[in-house]
Amino acid sequence: MSALAVRDLRVARGERVVVHQVSFDAQPGELLALMGASGSGKTTILRAIAGLEPMAAGTIETGGVRLGPGPLPHGAALRALHARIGMVFQFHNLFAHLTAVHNVWLAPVHVRGEARASAERTARRLLDELGVGGRAEARPHELSGGEAQRVAIARALAMDPPVLLLDEPTASLDPERRAELARTVRTLVEGGRTVLAATHDADFVRGCADRVLLLEAGRIAREGSAGPGE
Amino acid sequence: MKRGFVVVVCGLFSASLAAQESGVLRFGGDAEGGAPFMEADPNDTSRVVGFEVDIAALLAAGLGRAPRFVQVGFSNLDPAVERGDFDIGMSGIEDNPGRRARLAVTVPYYEFREILTVRRADAARFRTFADLRGRRVATLGATGAAEILDRARVEHGVEPVIYEDDVHPYTDLAVGRVDAVLLDAVLAERGVRRNASLANQPTDLGAGHYVGILAPRDAALRDRVDGLLRDAMRDGRLQAIFTRWGMWNADQPRLYARVLAGSSGSLGAEGSKDPPLRTPESAAAATLRYLPALFRAALITLVLSCVSMLLAVASGMVIAIGRVYGGGLLRAALTGWVELVRGTPLLLQLFVLYFGLEAFVRLPALVAAVLGLGLNYGAYESEIYRGALQAVAPGQLEAARTLGFTTWQTLRLVRGPQAFKFALAPMTNDFVALLKDSSLVSMITVVELTKQTQILAANIGSWFLPGLVCAAMYLALSLPLARLARRLERRWGAGIHA
Repeated sequence: MSALAVRDLRVARGERVVVHQVSFDAQPGELLALMGASGSGKTTILRAIAGLEPMAAGTIETGGVRLGPGPLPHGAALRALHARIGMVFQFHNLFAHLTAVHNVWLAPVHVRGEARASAERTARRLLDELGVGGRAEARPHELSGGEAQRVAIARALAMDPPVLLLDEPTASLDPERRAELARTVRTLVEGGRTVLAATHDADFVRGCADRVLLLEAGRIAREGSAGPGE
Repeated sequence: MKRGFVVVVCGLFSASLAAQESGVLRFGGDAEGGAPFMEADPNDTSRVVGFEVDIAALLAAGLGRAPRFVQVGFSNLDPAVERGDFDIGMSGIEDNPGRRARLAVTVPYYEFREILTVRRADAARFRTFADLRGRRVATLGATGAAEILDRARVEHGVEPVIYEDDVHPYTDLAVGRVDAVLLDAVLAERGVRRNASLANQPTDLGAGHYVGILAPRDAALRDRVDGLLRDAMRDGRLQAIFTRWGMWNADQPRLYARVLAGSSGSLGAEGSKDPPLRTPESAAAATLRYLPALFRAALITLVLSCVSMLLAVASGMVIAIGRVYGGGLLRAALTGWVELVRGTPLLLQLFVLYFGLEAFVRLPALVAAVLGLGLNYGAYESEIYRGALQAVAPGQLEAARTLGFTTWQTLRLVRGPQAFKFALAPMTNDFVALLKDSSLVSMITVVELTKQTQILAANIGSWFLPGLVCAAMYLALSLPLARLARRLERRWGAGIHA
């Protein structure tokens, strides 16, 4: 059974259809890359899966949670969805008033009801693993783009979602950091997680994606395995 | 600019000279005082009628001038005559040593008794100050009665409540907000006529006299006025006036006899239990004597402002959250409320809360003051908070959503704390503004810092020293607030604008 199944997804903004009947599956332990020019619908697809964008038609299914057209999920449905799916935004969207480590433990404590001490321990471990353990007490405005990116990943991972959505994960990183991030993401995938990454970055895709969907004007134009020559 | 100023000043000066030379006697008074003193003529509201108006006409005729009325608020009559806004002030003005020291004061032309008014049902138990220990007793500010009441506070433990006018003490007595009113018998008679449930007590708690006041430089004019008043006492014209207004009584012939006998007649009434009045004191000494009262009033201002601000913050938050998260109907209702509160004067709101709602709910003055200030500022706060909530980056709200936070959790943990920091600086500004606007509540009998200063200023006839002391106290309250705001902004504001 796939970790994520998208069927005939259509998203419209007013009269304009931005995603047309897109269907795909992603398996556990797979990194699926969504590539395409700006405006091709990559980010919109991620947002629809994350329950941030209303759907005009189609279904999205993950671990028994099913999204369809109509109002955005809320309450119990939203919680069920986000027990399955985590998202890392292109601009990180860290909570500006909290330190890095506080950003990471906030949701486990308040959404999952974990004890603060154990949630904070987990948060520090995640930050360590992602190489930003030394920046745990820094505020978002004191972090570099790369550091903020890692804190945002740690924040998503702290909720332990089987599916992780990454929006332009390398956009704010220099080449060296990109390679590092590729290794980190690969480790997550090898641990059994499903990662869906919307990106322009061909090197990143070559370095760590299992499969690529190429989008053009809101439609899947091509699909193939990643790797040199893709 | 400077030349323009000089021209204007010369213009005003020559206008005032012209008024004198052209045979006009400008008499100042407060028509809000009402009958029998002076009130707008029901048949022609541009005219005033009353015994003071009749006496002014009598004096003007004697001086060969035409009387012209100048409206001035009762508590500002002294400084206004000194400044030259009018020639003579006559508006139920009481004789006292302070006035005699500062102004040219005429011979007294009417003697009154200070008496207590109580509810008819209480007539048997509230006869003297001793019966009123711990009770609220109302009077009019800046009068001899207010001074007597202040002594009664010390000697008998009564609680003075100072009003800005002489109508509401009696209406508030009738509805039970106060337990007695101390005022002169002229006002007391009128109060009882208007409220059938009230009764005047016969006990005489002091006597006083009405006089006219002139600027010290007009001593010569004052002497001519004294001569005219004495003539009118002799030939019965004053008696005719007071008889016409239903005020003539046995005290007056005795007063006139003393005045005509050449005693200045100024003070001390026959048979009165009036304690000896203080000799005039310097402005500095009076200010010093009032310092404890000023500090008490400053404390009231501070506590009132803090409690009102708490209410403003709480109601502002509720309104802002309702307007950001609520449905269409709630948003429309809250927008209507905010516009209503912002679009009408705070003073009007205070009057409505305190006096207007009297028939439905009898709010204590402090409660009405806190409600008025708190709800008024709450409307302004809500606009600040609404802007602050909307200023929090939407991306963070989406991030909270993808982590599974409910709307309420997002507000409490992510959006609210950041909005609070955005709102902090404008909020502190509003607190300082509220601190100063709190002076408006003196209109509903709360004696706060400005009101206490006004009482002191009326007492010594000058705003200079009391004004300086009052300003220093307001600054001492508001400057630390401004500093605190800057510190909090520095400490909490870092980074959230990114």
